[in-house]
Amino acid sequence: MSMATSYEFLDKVIKATPDGEYIRKCLQCGTCSGVCPYGFAMDYPPRSLIAALRADDWHGVLESDTIWLCVSCFACASVCPVKIPLTRGLLATLKTEMLVGGSIPQELQAALGNSRRYGNAMGESPRKRADWAKDFTIPVPVLASHKEPIDVLWFVGDYGSYHPRVQLVSKAMAKVMHALGVKFGILGPEENSDGDTQAFTGEWGLFELLARKNIKAMSRHTFKEIVTSDPHAYNALKHEYPRLGFNVPVRHHTQFLAERLDQLKSLMKNRLETRVTYHDPCYLGRANDNNIYEEPRQLLQAIPGVELVEMSHNRALSICCGGGGGGMWLDGFSWEKAHARTTEWRVKEAMAAGAEVLAIACPYEAPRFEDAVKSAGNEGKLAVKDVVELIAESIFG
Amino acid sequence: MNIAVLIKFVPDLVEDLEIDAQTGLLDRSFLRLIPNELDEHALEEALLLKERHGGAVTAITVDSGDVDETLYTAVAKGADRVIKVTAEGADQGMGSQKLASIFQQVLQDIPCDLILTGTQTVDDLDGFVGALLADRMGLPYVGYVTKIEAVDGRVIARKEYPGGLNADIQVSMPAVLGIQAAEKPPRYVVTSKVMEAMKSAKIDDAEAGEAPAEGEIVISQMSIPESGSHAEMIEGSVEEVAEAIARLLRERGLIA
Repeated sequence: MSMATSYEFLDKVIKATPDGEYIRKCLQCGTCSGVCPYGFAMDYPPRSLIAALRADDWHGVLESDTIWLCVSCFACASVCPVKIPLTRGLLATLKTEMLVGGSIPQELQAALGNSRRYGNAMGESPRKRADWAKDFTIPVPVLASHKEPIDVLWFVGDYGSYHPRVQLVSKAMAKVMHALGVKFGILGPEENSDGDTQAFTGEWGLFELLARKNIKAMSRHTFKEIVTSDPHAYNALKHEYPRLGFNVPVRHHTQFLAERLDQLKSLMKNRLETRVTYHDPCYLGRANDNNIYEEPRQLLQAIPGVELVEMSHNRALSICCGGGGGGMWLDGFSWEKAHARTTEWRVKEAMAAGAEVLAIACPYEAPRFEDAVKSAGNEGKLAVKDVVELIAESIFG
Repeated sequence: MNIAVLIKFVPDLVEDLEIDAQTGLLDRSFLRLIPNELDEHALEEALLLKERHGGAVTAITVDSGDVDETLYTAVAKGADRVIKVTAEGADQGMGSQKLASIFQQVLQDIPCDLILTGTQTVDDLDGFVGALLADRMGLPYVGYVTKIEAVDGRVIARKEYPGGLNADIQVSMPAVLGIQAAEKPPRYVVTSKVMEAMKSAKIDDAEAGEAPAEGEIVISQMSIPESGSHAEMIEGSVEEVAEAIARLLRERGLIA
């Protein structure tokens, strides 16, 4: 059990990130707690947490378990007027303390245990990672058994590989890349979870274990760039893997496709005749100033018959789907503590914007938002589609 | 209180199991082995008892492949000593008689108050190891235990019975207890602690001599269960449902 003092803990927070020292500049303005989607249900939302640490109320902090409501959405960090790296510094470091001290909700424990044993959070067979592509009409080469040179290593991710709903997104992406003539391949069974979300649960050791396995696997193959369908994988490959000595250009599939907009326009023949709104995933948007806001919108606007409308919270103000920071594996806990689902707020916003389709770009979102459409009583009124699924619909009908 | 925990490695059901056409037994060439779930509960219960009463926990397993990580994880969780036993034929799977004999040989040199193991393993489900070991060592055995309390040099083991019944059984020590579930789910230990254990902890080696196979269950043929195409829902009163089930069983020649 950790017996650190507030001051020792603050020292860890300061060392956790390059600008960690900024925590000393906290004005106690409370903007962070106000913007936090679960701040209302936390014993110590970010401002109160810093106040408690300053008052040396470390015991109180460790007694509370509501840090597990933090979905690492970077909302707090992005609005902080003195730029304190709250999400990756303060909050993720507190989660590490909780993990080391053994205070960890059961649901999360299962996901972390699975990630360590199987390399994916859902506890599926690593050997079956590429099974979704086995009998698919489009060839999806698995690199270990593919001899021809490729340009793009497509990092599919856990959910794109195993989750039945998200596999449909993977299939759409494969079809679109094939139509564009991209020479691509996947790691298949060699791929492990990117580890980003595990890291933001505070399990940095597990992150490193997974990242090193991926780096070893990727280093075995020759390719020019990595494209991923998962914003969390994008974030990890771009900002965390380089710290482990792996520097390869990586882009999210919306960036990769937006660059081929002219070619796509010539392929997208079917008019969709629908009103679409776009949900900005935290890890494409405000996380680490990734700022990928326009590429998904350019793609949507290029699809014939799509009218793009905006929700009131868009771009850097987007509301998290609740899946980040371990939230994907804490649905029961979050409901018990907060009796609220951020996904339902988002679905209501999409409905209020008059959208018929909620467009997404993160593998956590299709299952989460589709559930919320039903639980918010809007079944059949709002479809949830990845941007690449809409592109595939326009190309292939 | 000094506690030994016995861990058996079993096939991971996350992978598809295959039957070797020649031997009619499980094809072990591509098996992934994992520690038996109830044995992990036994370790958790031992660690909880150590936290309450002090003492030392020794985790013991028979080397059947990649067992080191599990032993280092046990150290990271709080085990004081870990032992890997080599025994002939262990990589081909082991029956309960053989396993009980191997554990008995190793435990002769390890004085302990309690010996905990999972009540049963997922591969044979016979639940014999704990009882056979206790018999060999001349110790009491209680299985299906979900809680252990130490009182005045004895333990009270809560044994679970079907139908929601429990019994609190007083047992003198030393004793062998088969764990059905620990009082708390097995703990998660962060990866950095496991890595630390890999660097600093030492796995003790032990060797088991000949282990008799008399009384072992002999498997003549294994087969993968066939999945049916549909389910028939039987409706009506209790009597009607019972009558319908009896009729079905008679029709299929399962009862006279």
